[in-house]
This record gives sequence, structure tokens and C-alpha cells, in this order.
Amino acid sequence: MKQKIAQRSVQAVIVLIGVVLLTFVMLRIVPGNPIETMMGEHADAATVARMTAEMGLDQPLHRQFFRYLFSVVRGDFGTSYSLGKPVSLLIQSAFGNTLKLALFAALFAWTLGITCGLICAVSKNRLPDRLFMGFSLLGISLPVFMAAMFLQYIFAFKLHWLPISGTDSWKCFILPAIALGWNSAGQVAQMTRTALLETLAEDYIETARAKGLGNAGVLLSHALRNAMLPVLTMMTIQFSSLLSGAVITETVFSINGIGRLMVQAISGRDIPLLQGTSLLATSVVILGSLLADCLYSVLDPRIREES
Amino acid sequence: MPGGKQKQIEQAADLRVQSQIGEEERFRDLMRRMARENKTAVFSFFLIILMTLAAILAPNLTPYDENSMDLMHRLSPPSAEHLLGTDEGGRDELTRLLYGARVSLLIGVVPTLLSLILGSALGVLAGYRGGITDVIIMRAADVTLAFPSMLLAMVIMYSLGGGLVNVFLTLTLVNWANVARVVRSQTLKLKNSEFVEAARIIGVSEGKIMRRHILSNCLPTLLVLFTLNVPESILTESSLSFLGLGIQPPNASWGLMINTGRQYLYNAPWLCFVPGAAIMLVVLAFNFLGNGLLDVLDPRQKKQ
Amino acid sequence: MEQKTLDVRSLTVCIQTMKGMIRPVNDVSLEVPRGGIVGIVGESGCGKSMTARAVMGLIRYPGKVTGGSVYLEGREITSLPEKERRKLRGAEISMIFQEPMTSLNPVMKVGKQVEEAVLLHTNCSKEEARAKTLDIFREVEIPEAEARYNCYPHQLSGGLRQRVMIAMAAVCRPKLLIADEPTTALDVTVEAQILKLLERLRDAGTGVLLISHSLGIIARVCDYVYVMYAGQIVEQAETEVIFDRPAHPYTRGLLRSVVSLREGAGTLETIPGVVPNLLRLPAGCSFSLRCGMCTERCEKDAPRLLETEPGHKVRCFLAEKEGVR
Repeated sequence: MKQKIAQRSVQAVIVLIGVVLLTFVMLRIVPGNPIETMMGEHADAATVARMTAEMGLDQPLHRQFFRYLFSVVRGDFGTSYSLGKPVSLLIQSAFGNTLKLALFAALFAWTLGITCGLICAVSKNRLPDRLFMGFSLLGISLPVFMAAMFLQYIFAFKLHWLPISGTDSWKCFILPAIALGWNSAGQVAQMTRTALLETLAEDYIETARAKGLGNAGVLLSHALRNAMLPVLTMMTIQFSSLLSGAVITETVFSINGIGRLMVQAISGRDIPLLQGTSLLATSVVILGSLLADCLYSVLDPRIREES
Repeated sequence: MPGGKQKQIEQAADLRVQSQIGEEERFRDLMRRMARENKTAVFSFFLIILMTLAAILAPNLTPYDENSMDLMHRLSPPSAEHLLGTDEGGRDELTRLLYGARVSLLIGVVPTLLSLILGSALGVLAGYRGGITDVIIMRAADVTLAFPSMLLAMVIMYSLGGGLVNVFLTLTLVNWANVARVVRSQTLKLKNSEFVEAARIIGVSEGKIMRRHILSNCLPTLLVLFTLNVPESILTESSLSFLGLGIQPPNASWGLMINTGRQYLYNAPWLCFVPGAAIMLVVLAFNFLGNGLLDVLDPRQKKQ
Repeated sequence: MEQKTLDVRSLTVCIQTMKGMIRPVNDVSLEVPRGGIVGIVGESGCGKSMTARAVMGLIRYPGKVTGGSVYLEGREITSLPEKERRKLRGAEISMIFQEPMTSLNPVMKVGKQVEEAVLLHTNCSKEEARAKTLDIFREVEIPEAEARYNCYPHQLSGGLRQRVMIAMAAVCRPKLLIADEPTTALDVTVEAQILKLLERLRDAGTGVLLISHSLGIIARVCDYVYVMYAGQIVEQAETEVIFDRPAHPYTRGLLRSVVSLREGAGTLETIPGVVPNLLRLPAGCSFSLRCGMCTERCEKDAPRLLETEPGHKVRCFLAEKEGVR
């Protein structure tokens, strides 16, 4: 198993380098000199040339790339064009809010999703099942910004129960967390249901019943553990994608997190910032899927054995 | 695409490959079975047809012009005259919605088709050739999938600039990797099947084997992927447009309508919620249809 | 009075399907004497497994036991509440299944799975339960019992897994053990060992109900055989009698296919046709569609299960005549 994890880690590093390369190339093919764009029409040629040289933008592309790669390894993501601060510092201060939002959203999504999934699986094809499944599909189909604006409109604007935006207290995170978690809740519910139904149809469930276990016993000691394996991996991946920045939710609720930083970077044509945040987001996702793989092989003895 | 669904599609596809020998239901029979068993999917199908027709026939369905301003009637709430009210320029919201449907549906379908073509071509190539081709293509897919899809779309839109064609391109680049993965895993299974072996022995060319024998067997799976990727594309585009990164005015997709309507959320909420509901309806319909297809194509469901 | 472990009387199971009601088990009566092995034989889909599940009380929605009674050592159990029923399962009646591969929980150590049954039905401590588990492992001849206790199912061979299943079924010393095709998925050599194990359990006083599609296996271990077809028992007799003078055309057909295999005859004899769709059973005898000796009467009336000689019952008009003769 160790070998497998090592192999996957190497793969993850390769993918990460690929990500750096991709963002690098993508952001360099933008027509025009970024310094010129940044400084506007009034910049004189001398200043532009000086700054271009300062940032190494006059060098060949591959030199620029390796320079960037090495500074990234050292933890230096450059300085934001538009905000004038080191990108790593900006990310650091934004990450707290994103983490809080992700935690709240995950908590909401997983409690709701797993509960609904369980109810559905137990009452397969009967009313509660159909009701909740329709509901979860609604959750998946509802665009995040719609959920966000709808919640904001009803609970903050009309009813005044919760703050409209900001990050001042934990109350501020309730609506964004629901808006953001809504989607994940639907996914978790569907996954839990499918996995549990599949498990309940397995032969060993029959064996457990033949042994004399009742419904609750079968569910608790045999079905749940097996069914939750895929759900757990999915949740790991979900959490990492929540952590990678909720662009829309953070925008609607004015939460200063990673996602908002990305939007700022794009509207400010701020390449270092965009590069830095992209790198962070993708590494979190890659790490998440690596972790999910490891988790699966730790929890499932069949895979644990393989290598 | 939700991870769980992706996995289910892959598993269903694998099982179909395994159960190929013997009793393979014909495609038409499968559709009949779905029509019989899954009324929601059938209903969704007709809803989609209806919406497509409404989008195509938009000029005939509404007396108003898409872009003619009427500043006397800005932001007026729904009334008999303007069924869904008017927007900040006094334009009829229903008219805008119908014209927006053209853009949004186009954005759902075109990039999905393009990504299916690109993804299945690369997937089949990776699976069939193996070796270095496989490594390069699949690592590229890994890199693509490492991005949260919204972020990747934002980055690509940033470097390409806004506009309809660039939205098509962006969404294609965002979605191809999923398709490539599914098709590759099916190709690996099919590559060693007897009928491909037989074709190889009688000297059928590689390209022909890939097209005739492998891709044609992936078609049902691709159909499911298509149905489930369309709403995904619509959602991504509407998010992009919501941020102002997608379609540029005066073209209007539903996402862009929400983006402009957002400033008037508190005094004219219908400007957000009407196109929002439209997006949801389309997405929901495609999801229901896709799930119906997936259920029918999943051999495991047959047994139960 | 002869001691009977299991006495099933006119058991009927119905399943309400979309297309109508079917009866996979139709008026089945059978007995298992204490310390005896009784077989049920028939093609797949004839209702033998469903009968076993009905005895276990494991019929699940939409299936339902709609009639008849099951006596376990003289005590009627179908009318017991589910809670009482559960106490019997695994303790007094237990069951082993066809697929040892999938019948064990893949993420639970096999020892734990057996132990679970002990803990469920006795008041032992964990240590005692573990000791009991190891004892039964040795009894069913699992080598290196201690090491195997901590194994996961995928680490064991098919034969060992089936031994674990038997251990699980036997650990509480049940009165009745139902074995549903216990050797179908196994090699011939392992099959012999497993059958021997069943005989040992029988000798220890457990009644065994062995379900199989293979007359060969039935012949090796069973004292008495029931032949099932389309949910009904069509013939029943002691094993020698069945092999010596089968009366029902279906039993004869089954036997011929075994014999033709044994003697290496040029052609493999089979019974023509397939098991009938339970939704569209013929009006008369359910076997009439495939029977080579079908008469007009067979198509109209359903024969009853009648005794043709002591301990030998047949559901066939032809046998009735012969019986009279």
C-alpha cells in the first residue's frame, strides 16, 4: 500500500507541475504587455520598460517559467500588481474565511445529505424516498448564485434574521454555508442512497440476517460501514473543492476569501495573484484526491492488501 | 460533474462492456423501456423539446423586440402587458427570457458536443495506443481535472476574453477531460474483446477499429454524458456570466440577465429569479433525462 | 412419535409483481427428522431457495408468506413476532449460502463475523465468544484457526470461506441447518470435504436441509429427497427409492441427465424446454408443457400429490394409475 501511495504522490507532483505550466502559459498568451495594461494609457515607455525588466517579463518564456517555479518552491508567489502586497500574504489572510465557510458548508451538507440519503435508502421507492430524491436533484440543479441570492433575499433582506453579507460574526456564515453546501448536500444524499441500496442488496447482508441481526443491527454493523466507504471518499474530495474557493458564494456575500481574491485578480488583470490563487486551489484539490485514495485503501482491507 | 455520478457512468459503461456477449438490448428497445418505466424522464424530454421550440420561435411568440428600450416603463413588476415585468431598460422580461434561451441552450449544446468529440477522440487514442500517447493525454486530463471547473473556466476566459465563441471554447476545454477518462476506460476493456481481436486479425485498419468497433460501442455512454454535461455547461456559463466573464452584452444569456438584474435585487427581484428559475428548470429537466438514460443503460438496474 | 426437527405444512409464498401475483412456493409440505439430511432438488427458479428463506423468515417485500405453518421441534414459528423470530435465526435455525465469496462481509474479519452470532445469541463475554469461535473453527477443520480469525474474506480460498460460513451457522448449535447450494461454487475435492462436514453436523444431532440442483450431491448425503418444480413438490421419497423407481416424468428427466453424463453416452440428455414463467402457468399440470407423456387430462386438470407406496408421493396422473395397478 505504501508503494501505491508513494506512486500516487509522485503522480500528484507531476500534475501540480503541469498545473503551474498551464496557468503560466495561459496567462502569458494574453495579448499585450501586462504592465502596460495595468498602468493604463498614461504610462511612459521608460517606466514600462523598467518595470518589465524588474519583473523579468522581458526574458524568454521558458526562463520566466523556471524562475517562477523555483520561487514558488521557496514559497514566494510574487507581488500582486493590483494590491501591491505579496501574494502569499494576501492568500494567508483570505484563507481563514474560506476555511470557515468550507467548514460550515461541509457540516451543513453532510448532515443533511447523509440523513436524507439514509431515509431514502430505508424507504426505497416509497414517498419519503421520492420526495427527498426530487429535493436532492433540485439541490444539484440549483445554481449556487441562485441559492445564494434567494437566501439573501428572503432571510436577510425580507426577514432580517441574518446579516446580508460580511464576515463579522459566525452568523454571517450561515447563509453562505447553506448556499454553498446545498449542491454538495444533494450529491451526498444521492451517493449515500445509491451506496446503501447497493450494499443492502449484497449477499452478506442476507448472511447477517440469517445470523439473527435485526434491521438496525444489519444497518449498523454491516451495511453502513461498507456503504460509507465511497461516500467518505466523495466527501474528502468535496471538502477540498470547498476549500479551493467558493467564487460565487464569496462574491454574493462579500466574504473576503480565496474565491473573491480570484475574482479581484481577474478584474485587476493581476497575473501573480491569479497564478498564486490558482496554484493554491489546485493543490488543495490534488491533495484532497490523494487523501481520498489513501483513506479508501486504509479503510478497505481488499485494497489495503493489493500491492 | 458530481464525482458520484461520474463513477456511476463509468461503472455502468464497464458493466455494459462485460455483458455485451449474449443478450444485448437494442438501443431502440432501451429507449422504449425508459419511456415505459420512467415517466419523469419522458416528461423532461418533452419539456426540453418545448423549451427549444420556444427559443427557436421566440420572434413569433412575443410582440416585443428584444432590445427596444422603453425608459418610461423601467423595472415595472409583472402585469398583463408585461407578463414577467420589465428590466432596467424597460425591455420586456419575457422576451428577453425567450431570446436568452437561444443563447443558453446553444451554450449547453455546442460546447458539450465539441467536448464529446474532442474527449472521445483523445480517450480512444489514449486507450487504444497506450504507451506514451496514453501518458501524455491522461496527464493532461489530470491537470485539467485538478482545477475546480469554475476556476479553470475563469482562467481560460481571462486569457481568451469574453464573447460567445470564447465561451464555447472555454467550456469545451473544461469538459473534455471527463469524457476522455470514461471513453479511455471503456476502450481498454473493448480493446481486448473478441470482436476487436477478430477485426485486427482480418486486417481492419487501426482508425477503422477505433471508429467502428470502439467508439460505436461507447455511443450509449456518450449519450448519457451528453445529457448530463449540457446542464453542467449551462450552469458554468451562467456562473461565468454572473461574474461578468462570459457572454458580453448586447447578447444575453440567462446568466448575464441575472448578473444585470442583481443590482435591482431588492426592488425588482423578478429580474434575478425569473431567469434563475429558467436555468433551474432546464438543468433539472436534463438531469432527470440523464438519470433516466443512465438507469436504463446500467445493466445492474435490469436485474432488480 | 418420531422426533421431527422441522415440519413444514402447506407453506405458500406469494409475490405481488407488476404483472400479477406469482406463487414461487405453492403448498409445500416437508419434514426434516432429527439427525437427518433431507434434500430438495430442482432446476434454478423452481422455488427451492424461496422455500428455505420462508423457513428462515427471510422473505422480503414484496414477497410474503401467505399460508401454511412451520414447526420447529413442535413449535409453530411463522406466527411468532419478528423479534422472536430473530432470536431463532442463527441460534436454532441457521443457513449457509451458495456464494461463499460474496456471503461474507468483505471489510470485517471473518472471526468477528462468526463471533457476532455468538454474542447475539448467548450471554458470553467477548473472550468466551472468541474462544467459542476458535473452537468451532477447529471443529470445521479450518487450519491455523488463530491466524484465520484475523483474516478478511478475500484472503481465504473459496473452500475456507465456506467453512467459515458453516462455522458461523453451526456455532450456536442450531437444531436445523439449511444449506442452499453450499458446494455449487466450489471445486469437486472441496465439495466432498464440505459435504462430509455437513454429515458430521448431522451426526451431532442437527437436522440438515440441503438444497441443490444436482442429484449427484443429493444421492451422496441425503436420506430423503423432495423434488420441486414450479413451486410445488412433484415427488418425494427416500433417496434409494427416487433413484430406483422414479415415478414423475420430471424426476426421470433429471435422473436421465445425470446418468447420461455418468455413462459418457454420446449425447447429453436434457429435459426439453425451460422452467415455465410462474405468471403463465398452464391450467393443468405445471409440467405438462415439457412432459413427453402429456395427455389431454394433464392439460386440463392439476394432479395432486398422492402416496403411491409408503413414504413415496408423486404428483402425476400416470403414477396414480400405476399406483392403482
